[in-house]
Amino acid sequence: MALLQVQDLCVTLNTTHGPQEVISHINFSINAGEKLGIVGESGCGKSITALALMALLPPDSKTHGKIILAGQDILTLNSSKICSIRGNRIGMIFQEPMTALNPVKQIGAQISESIRLHLKLTRKQTLERVIELMDKVGLCVTRFPLNLYPHQLSGGQRQRVMIAMAIACNPEILIADEPTTALDVTVQEQILDLILGLTDSSGMALIMISHDLGVIAQTTQNVMVMYTGNSVEMGSTVDVFQNMLHPYTYGLFSAIPNVGSSLLPGRKRLCSIPGQVPELHLRPRGCNFAGRCSSASTICKEKEPMATRVSDHHQVWCYHPLTCEDKK
Amino acid sequence: MFRKLAEVLRHGLKNRSFVFGGAISLLFFMVAFLSYFWTPYPVEDINIASKLLTPNSQYLLGTDHFGRDILSMLIKGARNSVIVAFVAIGIGIGCGVPLGLTAAAKKGWIDELIMRFNDFTFAFPSLISAIMITAILGPGSVNSIIAIGIFNVPVFARVARGASLSIWKREFILAARSAGKGKFRISVEHILPNIASMLIVQATIQFALGILAEAGLSYLGLGTQPPMPSWGKMLNEAQTFMHLAPQLAIYPGAAIAFTVMGLNLFGDGLRDVLDPKLRRSR
Repeated sequence: MALLQVQDLCVTLNTTHGPQEVISHINFSINAGEKLGIVGESGCGKSITALALMALLPPDSKTHGKIILAGQDILTLNSSKICSIRGNRIGMIFQEPMTALNPVKQIGAQISESIRLHLKLTRKQTLERVIELMDKVGLCVTRFPLNLYPHQLSGGQRQRVMIAMAIACNPEILIADEPTTALDVTVQEQILDLILGLTDSSGMALIMISHDLGVIAQTTQNVMVMYTGNSVEMGSTVDVFQNMLHPYTYGLFSAIPNVGSSLLPGRKRLCSIPGQVPELHLRPRGCNFAGRCSSASTICKEKEPMATRVSDHHQVWCYHPLTCEDKK
Repeated sequence: MFRKLAEVLRHGLKNRSFVFGGAISLLFFMVAFLSYFWTPYPVEDINIASKLLTPNSQYLLGTDHFGRDILSMLIKGARNSVIVAFVAIGIGIGCGVPLGLTAAAKKGWIDELIMRFNDFTFAFPSLISAIMITAILGPGSVNSIIAIGIFNVPVFARVARGASLSIWKREFILAARSAGKGKFRISVEHILPNIASMLIVQATIQFALGILAEAGLSYLGLGTQPPMPSWGKMLNEAQTFMHLAPQLAIYPGAAIAFTVMGLNLFGDGLRDVLDPKLRRSR
């Protein structure tokens, strides 16, 4: 059985235009040790999905569906039980290491907090565990003493501290919400390697959230492409990347700039997806992408597409999945 | 802890109001502390023969209508002011900060209840209500401490709530929640250290106000009772002799004004020093 199963997840948030459904009918599951990517542009609901998994959405939001962690539906648990899951069984790394650490607390204290909270260790064992964690994330205690404050560290070092905090209690699932977006490219690589190494060595499942297709390709086995709160394509990363079927996925890939080709003769303009993401309260009745899609037909505007299973590991939510000719 | 203090001092010494106000406040506290060991004359000693003396070599600031040494009374009065203001602030922080933290953490009807009760307390002018409270409980320094303390509670509750609300929106709080911490733990471990500097600054201001309030209550005879001297009471007694010995009113009045000004300057400077954005020499 899958470690985490998300069934028919819908999230409604209160906005200035009244309650709006920002996540609709998301389904996915993840096994122990598996690496799942969630990719999509800003505002497509990636981070909301992550927060929903941690039950950290604002109190005035409504969440429907099921989030089953090892046979237990998280959404039905009371707050103290959820607190014992957060940090203990699901760890989370945030996007902005500059703001995700408490500026007035020493890093050692911040790492040890969730250990003290979830694992019943003695003071000495806790300290040993913190040092071990610092070592694991590549911050040698002799160079980075535990009494440093976050402002004394660089962005990459802070992200390492964040990772140490997230894995402090050996969670079964690690959610990485754009862990490298705020870092520069060389540090990005190191942090991704670190996350991959840590999840591989301890058998943690990883949910990697990113808008960077390269990061997803590098780190995940399966991927879910999201657009305006819907999943539009899901499958193994290899399938989706080599044989993309949804026009939106195709658009994302064509929009990747290729530095080399622009220097060649007969260069192409950089492709973009026409139009804009429809605003929350102005979403069409049918497929949300229909307004920007070149192959949209009447039915696309009338009725939301259902999942079409192309192969065992590949499904797409589209009436007109792309064929080989479309991609030329 | 020690390093932080050293850093505050290092930045503080560049700030004029911090240095000036700090020096006055320090002097005030040292004088108050001194009274436990030494005053030029015991303040209870009544010596009618040498009453209403002008300053001379024996009595540096002269004597009052009972022949008590003014300097000794001022020194011991400083102690009284410190104790009353200090305990009153303790009441204010002890009750107000948890209330404010709770209101910010729980939101909803608990927040409404606490803050509306706060507004209710704020609606009464604090000194008038303090007079009312001491009138009900009876005059005395303990009751004046309670009365002043009660009116410190909503001040600290409001500051704590306002500051915490802005901290609650920060991402590291979300990170702390994702680590499985409950609201109580987050309030104590994450919110409180982040709002501490604001509370400290507010405390210095409330301290000055506490001294003023104590002097006011004592002036009306509702605060400190004889034979313990108090600056407010000295002012009151001096009133009768305004024409004979105006210096009797000037000394305690100047002491109050000087101390309150010093504490306010100190609070002002401390705010600039503790807030890196305002950290500039003035």
